[in-house]
Amino acid sequence: MIELRTVETAIPGTQPDYHFPGYVSSIARSPRMPLVLLPETLTEKTGPVFGHGLIRQQDDDLTAQHAGDPLGERIFVHGRVLDEDGRPVRGALVEVWQANASGRYLHKMDNHDAPLDPNFSGAGRMITDEDGRYCFKTIKPGAYPWGNHYNAWRPAHIHFSLFGAGILSRLVTQMYFPGDPLQPLDPIFNSIADEEARRRMISRLDMDRSEPSFALAYAWDIVLRGRRDTPFEEARR
Amino acid sequence: MTDDSRLIPAGSQTVGPFFSIGLDYLIDRAPVLHADKAGRIEVRGRVLDRDGTPVPDAVLEFWSPRLTVSTPNQDQYPSGFRRTATDINGNFAVAAMRPAAAPLEDGRMQAPHMLVLVFARGLLRHLLTRVYFENEPGNTADAVLKEVPAERRATLIARLENHQTNSYQWDVRLQGQNETVFFAW
Repeated sequence: MIELRTVETAIPGTQPDYHFPGYVSSIARSPRMPLVLLPETLTEKTGPVFGHGLIRQQDDDLTAQHAGDPLGERIFVHGRVLDEDGRPVRGALVEVWQANASGRYLHKMDNHDAPLDPNFSGAGRMITDEDGRYCFKTIKPGAYPWGNHYNAWRPAHIHFSLFGAGILSRLVTQMYFPGDPLQPLDPIFNSIADEEARRRMISRLDMDRSEPSFALAYAWDIVLRGRRDTPFEEARR
Repeated sequence: MTDDSRLIPAGSQTVGPFFSIGLDYLIDRAPVLHADKAGRIEVRGRVLDRDGTPVPDAVLEFWSPRLTVSTPNQDQYPSGFRRTATDINGNFAVAAMRPAAAPLEDGRMQAPHMLVLVFARGLLRHLLTRVYFENEPGNTADAVLKEVPAERRATLIARLENHQTNSYQWDVRLQGQNETVFFAW
């Protein structure tokens, strides 16, 4: 009988704890029983692979999904998806969603008193290329208030959801913008204890990829769990 | 490359309450292939918090590798993957192909199961669990279930609710009494 390797756990401080009382919603929704070590089997070593058929035109251009131009500061967001060995993760599905320039989401549960933009839905998706690159055009999302504590405001951010090599590479996170003074005040941002790990969630202004007289660009690379020995394909495909 | 040169995976952040904007498009889009009665299952349940309050803003993703020959539209949507979300009452339902018994490296078989990822507002990092199926003879010998304290194993086993439709019932309790077993990652 072979001793099965268990699923590797994160380096302390680089991932948030489930129970982080500063983020009030975590209190009643985080497990309290000890997490169980999971033997790594075929189920954990494989993952879904998504095809380009899932992506429609304009999915990588959030400014072009309606008849008119959305309000706000037009930007490009681009970067590379890498594994822990620094190798590109090719064919990774990247899903993004965000608030509009006023800090309002197109969602029935968002009751923030800021205008919706008829020209902005705030959803996009793409599949990384051979170098693990993704790129999309959007508008810079606004900050918005939320109910976590008195006068709480979320720093501007774009939600990211990624599928890498194997289901354990799955990541949902948020990309932040450089120089945002709300970051040190935000319990979600600060749920990651390690300062360097927090910094890695902040994109970088990238003048090289900006378009003069048109749009600024932000660069953000994302490292997913997984190594070169992780099978990328679904079993027996 | 030495371990020192390993890059550190990006930190997780909550999916938040407005994920449907970006994630809904993948829900219930894929047909359940081989959708004959025997090959198809359904899992229904609720996501509940510490107080037993339904969680109306959770996303669940189910994964089981398919061991059979690939099917034509796999290029668009992988057949072993399903995404669903809870409704206003915390209910979810997902239809899937019945997972096969998968082998371990040493040849032992695992009982049929799906890996489940749970995302929600309030979860800074997604939860990892597995769902097994009542009456499967492989459950008692399953190598992963055996790692779970015996008194908590039942939280991972979906109850057969309807033989005709292969419908199972399985709740996810994030905290408190009968807290679901979650795995470290």
